[in-house]
Amino acid sequence: MSDAPLRFTRSQPNAPESPSVAGFLTDAAKENVLKVQDFAKLSYHSIGNLFTRPRYGEDTVHQMDDIGVGSLPIVLLSGFFIGAVMVLQTGSQFQRFGQVSLTGDIVSLALVRELGPSITGLLVAGRCSSGIASELGSMLVTEQVDAMRAMGTDPSRKLVSPRVLAALIVVPLLTAISVFMGLVGGMFASVLSLRLSATTFWQRAIAILEFSDLMQGFTKSVVFAFILSTVGCYQGLNVRGGTQGVGRATTQAVVVSSVLIIVADTFLTKLALFLAEKL
Amino acid sequence: MGSPSTNSFATPGSEVGAALEFSDVWIGFDEGPILRGLSFAAQPRETLILLGETGTGKTLALKLAAGLLRPDRGTVRAMGQDISTKAERELLQFRRQVGFVFQEGALFDSLTVGENVAYRLREDRVSDDKIEPRVEEVLRFVELEHTAGLLPSELSGGMRRRVSIARALITRPPIVLYDSPTAGLDPITSQTIITLILRLRDIYGVTALLATHRLQDGFALANFHFDSATRSVRRGVAKDKFHLAVTRFLVLRDGRIYFEGGPEEMLGSKDPYLQRFLI
Repeated sequence: MSDAPLRFTRSQPNAPESPSVAGFLTDAAKENVLKVQDFAKLSYHSIGNLFTRPRYGEDTVHQMDDIGVGSLPIVLLSGFFIGAVMVLQTGSQFQRFGQVSLTGDIVSLALVRELGPSITGLLVAGRCSSGIASELGSMLVTEQVDAMRAMGTDPSRKLVSPRVLAALIVVPLLTAISVFMGLVGGMFASVLSLRLSATTFWQRAIAILEFSDLMQGFTKSVVFAFILSTVGCYQGLNVRGGTQGVGRATTQAVVVSSVLIIVADTFLTKLALFLAEKL
Repeated sequence: MGSPSTNSFATPGSEVGAALEFSDVWIGFDEGPILRGLSFAAQPRETLILLGETGTGKTLALKLAAGLLRPDRGTVRAMGQDISTKAERELLQFRRQVGFVFQEGALFDSLTVGENVAYRLREDRVSDDKIEPRVEEVLRFVELEHTAGLLPSELSGGMRRRVSIARALITRPPIVLYDSPTAGLDPITSQTIITLILRLRDIYGVTALLATHRLQDGFALANFHFDSATRSVRRGVAKDKFHLAVTRFLVLRDGRIYFEGGPEEMLGSKDPYLQRFLI
């Protein structure tokens, strides 16, 4: 699939130094455009590789374990407490209007559409995008990636595609678990704080949901999974400057993937609302 | 002391001339061109010692020879194929016929020694019952058969280099590229590594390109040979079956070949720059 080595951004030979401000800005713009191009190529290959041989099933399962099972504790805990906090914050407002029973509706909608995917995406980005970047970055600076290429293995197939596929599979599952735990946390808070019955909470929480809400949450989780895994791989495989560079790439992976997740969330929400109106 | 005994290594270039040929090769980065018209040829079964100061492009030349980098200008031919214009997918196939020993070994740190050595065979989906004896055989060749279950971090620097050599020769490649295989090692360990390279050359007729800044490595390869009959290293110029000396020196300076010749010419040279290597 891939026709180019993974070190996409090899500098052009004899690049002249630009003394002027305009030249500096032009160079910076070119560099950033090149980075976007490289990222797009890596993303394209990461998916394209899945449709041709060789495939690395064992590596994918290993990554699913690392990303999925490894992230489970933080997703369970954060999901539970986010649900509980939402009930505490919204319940007091609903109490003013005597509409406490609506708490289940609002918590359920917020978790499924928005908080579940985005919080899970951000948490997994913090844990795994950085992990991917540091792992691949370390491999790069110790020439393990070159060794892989020297032995006839395409690193985008062996290192990138399994991580991207694993994230695409497990992040939606983690999101579903996070949403469920959020509802459990919300139920506990409703029962203990608002004196709402657990049955009422669950009935309202489930009844309010429509297929489009579930699809919105699922779509977001898939997009976020793609972002956090590809950004981690890209940052790791473009490390410059030895171990210091690995540290920088790790930080960059978290920062870039988190920002991209939030930006993508905005556009996906707008798109989902637009589609919900049309359909 | 064991040695791979089944199939012999392939002999490259017997019908196509040079096993490895650089013609007017240029490559550079931000700081300008590093290699500026590098041209040389390695005949089958020949060992070329690539000497030069740090930063003269020795490693670049090796990476170009393995197809890990593309030249900005010029052609690199290996085993009759022009690898400077090949697509990455074709290069992955080509690289399976070339062994590359990286400076620091570049072993996969999450895999055991045995798994590192077996890596290429596993990539080729060779069955376990064929892999195990082959791994044992090459590890015995480098006298590290007892380390198969250890992780690279548990080995000394010299042992890691020897495992790297074992990994490079697992598929019996006709060309082996060594990137400063003795850099940073003590004299005794360096001698062990050079003996291994001698054995590979004199038993299997491997074509080799060895980058180093240690002249003594080159003279050891030029002035000693491995006697298969007595299984020992003997003094005497190594010659191939046509009684041609099989070790030549190439000195890199300013991105091109500054000197090319045998050990006697190197020793007899009055050139001030070459004299600096001899002191």
